Amino acid sequence: MLILIVGAGRVGSAVAKQALEAGHDVSVLDQDPLSHEQLDKDLVDTWEDAGGRFTVGTALEVDALVEAGIEHADVFIASTRGDNTNLVVAQIAQKRFQVPRVVVRVADPARAAWYAEQGLQTICPTQHAIDLVKEAALAPMA
Amino acid sequence: MYVIIAGAGKVGWNLARELLAKQHEVTLIEDDRRRYLVVEQELEHAVQYGDATELWVLERAGIQRADLVIAVTGDDEDNMLICQVAKEKYLTQRIVARVNNPRNLQHFRLLGIQPAVSATDLILRLIEHEVPQYGLVQLLALEGERLEIIELEVSEGAPAAGRKVGDVSLPDGALIISVLRDGGGFVPKSDTVIEAGDEVLLILDPGLESAITPQFTTSAAAA
Repeated sequence: MLILIVGAGRVGSAVAKQALEAGHDVSVLDQDPLSHEQLDKDLVDTWEDAGGRFTVGTALEVDALVEAGIEHADVFIASTRGDNTNLVVAQIAQKRFQVPRVVVRVADPARAAWYAEQGLQTICPTQHAIDLVKEAALAPMA
Repeated sequence: MYVIIAGAGKVGWNLARELLAKQHEVTLIEDDRRRYLVVEQELEHAVQYGDATELWVLERAGIQRADLVIAVTGDDEDNMLICQVAKEKYLTQRIVARVNNPRNLQHFRLLGIQPAVSATDLILRLIEHEVPQYGLVQLLALEGERLEIIELEVSEGAPAAGRKVGDVSLPDGALIISVLRDGGGFVPKSDTVIEAGDEVLLILDPGLESAITPQFTTSAAAA
């Protein structure tokens, strides 16, 4: 299974490494060449030695997406720092390249909810944090 | 008419001014605090501070009753998403988006954001119009109407050179509407003779360019 991850931040690079370890083909696209360090971190060798792919490019450049292998991707993960970039590139993956599974990180709960209704698989870390903090804070006192 | 404009840069601010002068109701939304404060000096309550990609900001501006939403921020992703939620969530009748990078135009199309206006593209076309070494120039595309106007320079030895307008073989859906010669332009009749060096304007159905070009260029020039 080929997994394409756009945005090699903390979440993107951690998911990339775990997916590679689980035996999947993993390709990562990030506009910052230095983000490669996030991928090398905690590995014995480099990301490429471990079998991963890395492409430098911006998410909205179709050439970069193609170079990173979007045409053959089974799973697409949009996990850049920007909600708006994630929402646009996820729709490109879904509507233009028909990637079967598209997962998109959206920090804004309101838009995560609305785009989920439109058929995008959105993950909202903010909403998870709200739920967990609420649960911890409002739990009955012992 | 009630108009919401996202982005109070040069385009958004001037647009707001013009629309206000034409007695329309306008809300301009700007997410840079300093820029907002500058614009607010002039437009007062017609400008709001906030990120127009957030739903509550659009709702605060009254997007439910907006007749037109214009997204002219400097960020193409923002413009796409503002127009997408306006159209699909709030059912705004009319939207207009600015394309900052012409390479992103395909993404606006993919998301159904139309019209998408690219100033860079318009300027490029005007330059192509002024610089004659380009063979075919697309002057205007009416995407909703599926029509476009193109400009072609007639090469020496081309099939159309020395021929009457009525005798130039053109596919159905294409019409010569103007001839530019010696610094002037005129509307030709069917017996007007086209000369090499003329520039001709045609109106046509999109997609016919490749069938039309060979009439006005020699194969050598086209290659």
